[in-house]
Parts: sequence; C-alpha cells; structure tokens
Amino acid sequence: MADYLLRRLLIAIPSLLGISAVLYTVLALAPGDPFQELATNPNVPPEVQEALRRKFGLDDPVYVRYFRWLTAMLQGDWGYSFVSRVDVDTLILQRLPTTLIVIGSAQILALLVALPVGIYAATRPYSVFDQIANTLAFVGFSLPTFFTGLLLILVFSIWLDWLPFVYRADIAATGWQFYWEHIKQSIMPVTVLGLFQGASLVRYVRSAVLDVIRLDYVTTARSKGLEERVVILKHVVRNALIPVVTLIALQMPVVFGGAIVTEQIFRVPGIGSLLISSMLANDTPVIMAVTFVFACLVVLFNLIADILYGWLDPRISYR
Amino acid sequence: MDDKTLRRLIGDVKDGRLSRRRFLTRMAAVGLTAPLANQLLSFGGVAMAQSTFNYAPTKAGGGGPLKLLFWQAPTLLNPHFAVGTKDQNAARIFYEPLAGWDPEGNLFPLLAAEIPSRENGGLAADGMSVVWKLKKDVMWHDGKPFTADDCVFNWEFARDPGTAATTSGSYKDVKVEKVDSHTIKVIFAKPTPFWADAFVGGRGMIIPKHLYEGFTGDKSREAPTNLKPVGTGPYKFVDFKPGDIVRGERNDKYHLPNRPFFDTVEMKGGGDAVSAARAVLQTGEFDHAWNMQVEDSVLKNLETGGKGRVVITESGNIEMILLNNTDPWTEVDGERSSIKTKHPFLTEKPVRQALALLVDKDSVEKHIYGRTGTATANFVNNPPKFRSPNTKYEFNIEKAAKLLEDAGWKKGSDGIRAKDGKRLKVVFQTSTNAPRQKTQAIVKQACQKAGIDVELKSITASVFFSSDVANPDTFTKFYTDLEMYTTTMPQPDPEVFLQQFLSWEVATKANKWQGRNISRWKNEDYDNTYKAAQNELDPIKRAALLIKCNDLVVNDQATIPVVARPSVSSTSNTIVNRLSGWDLELGYLHEWHRKA
Repeated sequence: MADYLLRRLLIAIPSLLGISAVLYTVLALAPGDPFQELATNPNVPPEVQEALRRKFGLDDPVYVRYFRWLTAMLQGDWGYSFVSRVDVDTLILQRLPTTLIVIGSAQILALLVALPVGIYAATRPYSVFDQIANTLAFVGFSLPTFFTGLLLILVFSIWLDWLPFVYRADIAATGWQFYWEHIKQSIMPVTVLGLFQGASLVRYVRSAVLDVIRLDYVTTARSKGLEERVVILKHVVRNALIPVVTLIALQMPVVFGGAIVTEQIFRVPGIGSLLISSMLANDTPVIMAVTFVFACLVVLFNLIADILYGWLDPRISYR
Repeated sequence: MDDKTLRRLIGDVKDGRLSRRRFLTRMAAVGLTAPLANQLLSFGGVAMAQSTFNYAPTKAGGGGPLKLLFWQAPTLLNPHFAVGTKDQNAARIFYEPLAGWDPEGNLFPLLAAEIPSRENGGLAADGMSVVWKLKKDVMWHDGKPFTADDCVFNWEFARDPGTAATTSGSYKDVKVEKVDSHTIKVIFAKPTPFWADAFVGGRGMIIPKHLYEGFTGDKSREAPTNLKPVGTGPYKFVDFKPGDIVRGERNDKYHLPNRPFFDTVEMKGGGDAVSAARAVLQTGEFDHAWNMQVEDSVLKNLETGGKGRVVITESGNIEMILLNNTDPWTEVDGERSSIKTKHPFLTEKPVRQALALLVDKDSVEKHIYGRTGTATANFVNNPPKFRSPNTKYEFNIEKAAKLLEDAGWKKGSDGIRAKDGKRLKVVFQTSTNAPRQKTQAIVKQACQKAGIDVELKSITASVFFSSDVANPDTFTKFYTDLEMYTTTMPQPDPEVFLQQFLSWEVATKANKWQGRNISRWKNEDYDNTYKAAQNELDPIKRAALLIKCNDLVVNDQATIPVVARPSVSSTSNTIVNRLSGWDLELGYLHEWHRKA
C-alpha cells in the first residue's frame, strides 16, 4: 500500500510538471496583453506600458518566464496579479469561502436528490415513477445552466419578485437577518447547479443499483425473509454505490474550480468568475494559479478515488 | 476661424454682448470642447460659471445604503494605477481631485478653495503657471490634515518612471512647487492653455503623503494603502475584494456641509450589462448601474418596469470608420499597410467622398443604437446642446454613384466598378459586437448598390483591441481597407486627441504599431499646423490653429464618423444625481441623494 502510494505520488510529479508547461505555453501563445487598455488610451504615455511590462517580466522569453514561475510556485509563491496588483493567493483565498459554500451546497443538493430518486427508480424499473424520474433527469442535464439560470431569474426575481439575482458576499446584516439574506440569495444559484448535477447523478445511481439488484445474493437476502428496506439499504445500495462514490470523489475538484457560467449569471464572486475575468483581462498569473491548483486537485482526487475504490471493494488490490 | 475672430468673440462674452452658451456652441461647431472653450474664456478674463444643483438634504447621513452596480468590476483602488474608468470610479469613492468638471465644462472646486482665474491671480497671463489655493481644514480619513505637501508628493509619485503610474502623462511634464502650507504652483514647461489637467478630474485624485512616503517608484506596489485607501472623499473605506465588491461608509468629517447623504456605499461588480440594467430598471435591486452597453430597444423595454430611468450623458466618444491610406495587401519590409505604400483607390478624393455618402447614419441611429448613439457629421466631440446646425451629413447612393462614375469608375458585368484594371473591392473589419455587425451590414448594402464590393470581417474584441505584435488582426495593424471602432476623447483638450492624424504618429512595425495614427493619413499642412499649435504661446491663437487641424481632418474624410456614443447609465427613480460627461461617473458622488 505504502509502495503504491509512493509510486503514484512520484508519477504525479512529471504529469503535473507537464500540465504546467502546457498551460503556460498555451497562455503565452494566446493573443492579448494585460496592458492593452493602456495601449489604446492616448493619455497614458507608451513608456508606462513598457515600464509595466518590464516590471512584471513580460518581455522575457517564454521559457525564462516559465521557470521563474515554477521556482516561485515551488516555494509557495503563487505569483502577483497584473490586474489587481495583489498576490494571487490573497485573491483566491478571498473567493474560496463563497465557492465552497455555493458549489458545496449545490453538490449536497445534487446528492440529496439523486440518491433517493435513483434508488427508488431502480427498485421499481419502468414504473410510472421511474419514467417520470428518467424524463426529468434527461431534461435536467440537457438544459444548460445559463438557460435554467435565466429562467429562474425571470420567474422568481422579475415576475414574482421573491429572490434577489445579484449575489453579494458581503451582507451588512447581523444575526438571523444575515443568514436569511444569505439563504435567499443562494437559493437560485444552488438550485440551478444542484439540479443540473443531480440530474446526471440520478442516471448513474439508477443504473448502478439496477446492476446490483438482480444479483443472486439479493434474491438470497430476500428469500431469507429480510425486510425489503433492509435488503435495499444494507445489501444493494452499499454495493451499488461503489462506482457512485468514485464518481463523486472525482467531482470534488469541481467544487473548488467553481462554476463559470452560473457564477457569471448570478454574480457569485467565486473562483469560476475570478478565472473568467482573469482570462478576459489576460491576467496570466491568476489563470495559471487557478488552473494549476485545479490540475493538482484533479490528480489528488484521482488518487483518493483509486484508494477509496480498493477500500470499498477488497477484490481490487494495489500493485 | 482665426485668432482675431476668437478674440473678438471672447471680448463679446466679457462685455455681455454674447452669451457664454452661444460662445460654447460656436466653439463646439469648430471642434473645441466645452471645457477648453471655458478655459479660453478664463484667459480672456471671464471667470468660470458655477452651475447650481439642488441639493435637498439638510444634514449629512441618514440616507441608508447606496448600491452601485458596475458590471466591469473594479480591480484596484490606487487612482495612480487605475487602468480603466471602472478603477477610477472605485477610487473616486475615497479620493478626490482639487477640482472636477461639471456637465457644462466648467471646473468646480473640491479640495481647492477656489478655481484659479485671471482675477484671483491664480492664472498667469503667459499660460506658464497656475496657482491653486487649497481648502483648509480638510482631513484625511485617518484624521491627518491635507496640505500642499500632499499635492507635491502626488506629483513626485506619479512622474517617477519606476512607479509606472497611468496618470504620469498629466504630471511628467510639469513642475509642482509648494508656495505655503495651503498653496501650490503648477509650472509648465511651455505655455499651456489647457492648464487644468494635473490634480483635476478623473486622473487628478490625490493620495496621502504620510501613508505613501517610502513607497514611491518600484516599491509603490507594496504600499498597504493600495488596498485600504485613506482619502479625503465623502466615504471611508470598509472593504475591498478585487473583481467583486468595494464598500465604504459615511465620512462624518467630510469637508462639505450636509454631505454625504448616504450612510454606506457599495459598488458591486461582475456579470453583464443587460442584467445590470435589469437590476436597476426592472427589479430595483440596485440604485445605479454604469456603462449600459445594451441595445436601446432592450433598455426601453426594461424601463417600462418603472423602477428606474436611463440617463444619457454626452461624452467625446465617436464610433467611426477609418479608411486605410496605405495598401493592406502588399507586404513591404515585413509589414502590410506599410507607410511606404499607397492605397490603390482609397486615397482618391471621389472614392472617399462616395464612401462617406454611403454610410446611412440615420438608419444606424434609428435601427441600432437609438438613444445610445446619435448620428454625427463631426469628428470632434459635439454635444447636442452645443451642436451646430450648420454641419450636415448626407446619405445619397445616387450621388455617390455619380461621383464614382465621373471619376472613371465604371460598372463591370458583375455590377462592381473598376478602373484601370482595379476593382472597387474593400474588406471592412471591426470587433465582434452585435451593433457593429449590423452597422457593417447597412454599409455593405449601400456600397453594393453603388457598385462597391464589400467583404465583412469581424474579430474577437480581445484580439482586435490588443497590442499583440504577433497578431495580424489588431486594429492598429489595420491589414484591411476599412475598419470601424470607437475612438475616445479622454481629456477635453484636443491636442492629444488630434495626434491620431500626425504623420510621425503612424503605426508601423518600427514602433510596434504603437503609433496613434491608425488610418495612416498624412497631410503636410496638418502636421505644420499642429506643430505651430504646440509651440504657440498665445492660447487663443493656439485654439485657432487647433480648429484648423480639425477642419483639415473633416474636409478630407480622414475618417467617416458614424455615431456619437454618449455614456449611458441606469439610475433608480428615487436617486437624485448629477453626471458629467467631462468627469467620472462618480465625480459628483458627494451630491448624490435619495428623494424624500
């Protein structure tokens, strides 16, 4: 086991280096310039732009910039935003709580919906409930979030005027008022994201449970005279959820990465909106830091998922 | 208009024979902005008018929160580092300049005790210096007094090349001296008719010396105050998350009586312009939203919500079509559109005139921009109340066709005109943006009727407006025959603005396409007039020369102006505010209040 872990971690190093090199090169090749707004403003002397480029080392060749970035990153220095002129880690840490709360609750909502619906649908395949659940699931993951988001805004903010559609991380209220306002503004983004992810998860849960429910040991359990509830929860679900758990583990990096579209629509100040605005402004250090952290998390959670998989199913061994 | 006429007109205003308004109108018609015209008057001994604003509240505070929505979020708060107006406006909540520009182009004092003039001795007759008297008893938010030392420090901070301040253009060529604890003298290198640039308006905000001392030059980025501004403005800093939100609370020691009205102010950023308009006009979640780059039909629809109104403020932005004077299809020394080449037909006067006749500005205004873009004939800034009835533009396909016909461009079998084996075929590029593509289509339709073949091209804005040397599609490289974009007039003095027609400003490979002259239009007369204007000691003679520059540009169709693009905002019906096209959106933040 320890051997396996060590080997996996060692393999992760070259892949992360590779990812970072590719990311950096692609960003360096992409068109655009963080100081383009200055270039088109006749009031700003061209020397200013040149001085800024020099100051942030933008005139050096790509490989020099890459190695400078890499050594800094290895020492825990995430870089310095060209646009906001603050350290990148400050920017990311400012956004992290909101991202975790909004995207995290959406994931929880997705699970809360998908597990019972998927299991129930699988125990009664092709029943009316199953048909409805299936149809809704298809509709759910076919509709893009920008559409459902706008639809919810139209209904709940504009027609009914119940919910605000601009998310504000700083709410100047205290006590219950503070929590209430937060819940109110989170309802729409969390619903949009949660139902979108829940819809596809329902399909996974259903098919996983369906695979297991026909196995002989389930029939045995039933013939022992066990209660149906016990059969489903203790015997079926436990085994069926192994692939679902891995799936969820692999989804965890997404929680940190944020949801770009939903965050833009509701103005949620999360990592996703930070990423998109940095891309639009060509703020390379921020894009690099966010995408690289994201890559690290994907690699890490892949490893966790693999370990989890073996732990859930002892037939899988680490070699 | 020569300098004698100008002098006579100024004399007429002084003696009361001509109203100030009429004078400004006449100046605007010849291309001088209201602020510059007002400065001319001040040299002529006519003091600036003070426009009045009905400020209702009788005490400071008690107004609750003011919620502003800027869909482009502010990313930094040091006014000397501000990249766009979004940053300048965010900084303006906390910082103030000595004076701001009112909607009529007059200066109004903020940190200055009075506006310099010939009468009060502030303005030197030779235009070589200006003396600003500072308001006494102004406190920084941390309780330290604001003095002349702060102004001198800002000059040192901004002009230091190591600081790389975006405001350096206003400070690098002047000298600032402290006269006494509350008086400074700005000394110019040469006579400067446009004397109110340093310490004035959007780029004149003043930062505190006591917190920035030791953080000039290369160290400026480490200053903790960059993220926690301490200013003299109406609101004190509470919280800032770059790219998301700025919050402030009432400055209870503000130097103007009974102001500010609101207890807190917040500026939320992010999202898109349409939903920002919706949050103000339809749901009333926010009080004010800035820069509504939204089609007018959408805005009108949202306005029926009854919660807010659209406010149009005239500014100096013009959407225009540039004609390439060089050949974009021949490569010379590794660059196309090289200044060594000549465009095969766009340099011909009849072709230029014909193209100008083929731009249906009225349709563009009526069907695309509505209130957010008014058809204009003039290249220079031209607010409607000052708009001269004498300038005209024409849309006339027959006339254009006749011009081309007379010049020897005959229609071929495919309906496209040709002469000497050259076909009238142009490639017309702009950035990807719905109104621009619709405008392109309108131009193309008319051109084809007149026998000009137009190929349309649209380029992602982030590429088109970038200064990327490696990309052939940037607007400064101009590797097509025609292109369209909005040129902004960032300061009321036209000298910087008129740079874009100077022969030595041509964008070339040698200057990494950083030159301001994109159309590559060259005119010796223009160059000489501009040089003469730069060296002219007498402000009135200089104004006359700048007017001539403008005439040369307009008469040779160096560009085809399409629509003037005023700044468009959405404001709640309960908010009383004043917006000036010559200053920042929040230039009057201290006056904003809510209807009782």
